[in-house]
Amino acid sequence: MEAVVVDNVTKTFRIATDPSDSLKERILRFRRTNYEEFVALRPIDLTIEIGETVGILGHNGSGKSTLLKCMAGILTPTTGEVRVRGRLASLLELGAGFHPDLTGRENVYINASFYGMSRRDVDKVFDEIVDFAELAQFIDEPVKHYSSGMYVRLGFAVAVNLEPDVLLVDEVLAVGDEAFQNKCIGRIRQFQDEGRTIVFVTHDVETVRHVCQRAIVLDHGHMVIDSHPSKSIRVFREYLHAHTPLHAAAELSDSPVLFTDVRVSHANAGTRRHLLPGEGFTIEIDVETTHPVDQPVLAVEVCDSAGAPIFRIDTDGLGTPLGRIEGRRTLRVDISNVELLDGEFPLNLSLSDRSTGRIFDWREGSDSFEVANPTKATGLVAFDVTVKEQ
Amino acid sequence: MSESVYTTARASASELRPMARRRSVVEHLRELGGYRELLANLTRKELTVRYQHSMLGFTWSMLQPVFLLIVYTAVFAILGAGFEKFSIWVLCGLLLWTFVATTLLTATTSITENASLVGKVKFPRAVLPLASVAGALVHLALQSIAFAVVLGVTRHRVDWVYMPLVPLAIVTATLVVAGIAVIIAPVNVYARDTGHLLDLLVLGWFWATPILYPFFLASTTLENNGISRWAQMANPFTPIVISIQRAIYGSSTEIGTDVSLIPDESVWWYAAWLGAIAAVALVVLAAALRLFDRAEVNMAEAL
Repeated sequence: MEAVVVDNVTKTFRIATDPSDSLKERILRFRRTNYEEFVALRPIDLTIEIGETVGILGHNGSGKSTLLKCMAGILTPTTGEVRVRGRLASLLELGAGFHPDLTGRENVYINASFYGMSRRDVDKVFDEIVDFAELAQFIDEPVKHYSSGMYVRLGFAVAVNLEPDVLLVDEVLAVGDEAFQNKCIGRIRQFQDEGRTIVFVTHDVETVRHVCQRAIVLDHGHMVIDSHPSKSIRVFREYLHAHTPLHAAAELSDSPVLFTDVRVSHANAGTRRHLLPGEGFTIEIDVETTHPVDQPVLAVEVCDSAGAPIFRIDTDGLGTPLGRIEGRRTLRVDISNVELLDGEFPLNLSLSDRSTGRIFDWREGSDSFEVANPTKATGLVAFDVTVKEQ
Repeated sequence: MSESVYTTARASASELRPMARRRSVVEHLRELGGYRELLANLTRKELTVRYQHSMLGFTWSMLQPVFLLIVYTAVFAILGAGFEKFSIWVLCGLLLWTFVATTLLTATTSITENASLVGKVKFPRAVLPLASVAGALVHLALQSIAFAVVLGVTRHRVDWVYMPLVPLAIVTATLVVAGIAVIIAPVNVYARDTGHLLDLLVLGWFWATPILYPFFLASTTLENNGISRWAQMANPFTPIVISIQRAIYGSSTEIGTDVSLIPDESVWWYAAWLGAIAAVALVVLAAALRLFDRAEVNMAEAL
């Protein structure tokens, strides 16, 4: 049975090109304000079943928060309709509605009443809220004295203790310390076990992999994919990649040897772009010389998604020095057993002179390979793990 | 989740309902009714925050009428203007007007000042201007207590036959003010200088209402210009204020002429006027809620 139905929803914002909110301006230019239309959501259709946990991935400006606000009923869709079954709680910003001068206790009651909860309903769960937020000592202090972590804890504690049927969460778990994040994830897992429906908006791929059964990717208001998290995450990464300008190739005018083309491929490249953990791949490097080069050294670096090197080797270190290169040649690098987990891994390549150390040419981050991890494991490196009872 | 184990049955039992949709006035009122706890909390919040760091707290609200009484008594004694127990006369209307002015001024900014709330949480937005009305009403209650004490201390005799008009007048004023509050709060979202306009409006309205001057004085002026004295009654606050004056101040005091300060009519006459205004105010309030419903659609993004 469906819990949330997003039925052909679009959202167009009208942005005044000459913003003026004054009465005078309005009267002077009665109905002549110039607007620019910004389409935040193209027609979106989405059905979420009761008990599902769905992640919404997207860049800033992809429309993911707009979609969540439409689901929460804060924004009204321009066309289409959102229908929800049961009680909905949204955590769009932790501590939204907290008044700094009031105590934690007073704020809990006010916050809960935004969801239509009566004082008596809150009394029943008040201790649990305080317990969960770990704020027993401070609950009668004004919240302006709270740290941002405490704020986050109280906000989350209120929302999850309101017994929602559908919980909408936007990016908020990134705040708070790690211990509390784990606690939140634990609570979300409990919600999942109880069969509640959860919708997550985030750009943290790992959280989505970790907790969601389904993920959708939004880009410029379009729904790009609605699928299993690992598949959606891969698509999300590809989009990330496509929108990032490629590094400009180095200009090395008088170098005797230059890279002319680099190709990264693997055995199953015909059917899928990514590798599976443990598979290998090949780099083919086309070079062209203007003068013969006697003792070149090729170095290969593998970086993590942030660009920090995680592996480096060169032909000298491998004990397989390259011979003299002349004319057009192709160098082939085979890398096997890539025991990495999910991610896109940029490559740095360089060709230098062994005796002088002069760098003839290099490419930094222009080439990459991708690993998609079919398991639920997270992190960087893939290990084989088995658990059994002794 | 200690005492109850959640099952999907609860969600399954409820129906799939649209998150945002236009509603009728009745549905709107029903929804607001469901959020009365929020209304109470927001009102309480407003009052707590206002008096949090003051030593006297709510006493300030109560001191205000006492202070006003002293000022008006002193000023008019020096100027030699006014009539017998002029300060009590003035307070009858002034306390009510403080309620009207406070409500309208706080209601204007009630949505814009809670912009972060409106953009992040879903709740019927009409609660915000209504909380301004409720907050001002609490003040009026406190000031009325202080006024009652003043009346007791000065051994002023109210007209008990007419006293039931006082609560009736306050209810009527609340309805009138609520309707205006529900209209101006969303207007201020789209035109932020509504407050300035309203300041002028409230000032003009104050002088158009027989608060500092008696009804009969305006009647004489109007009739000298060939306008009926009853034209004053088109201002909804005129019947409200003169009802309170009739009940608390009484009509016995006359100066010079044989015309009383306020219409010398029966309690039923006053009650009928109040009833008529309350009826019109209810219609206006219903229309205001309907307008509010339309404005609510794009409120979060307009902020």
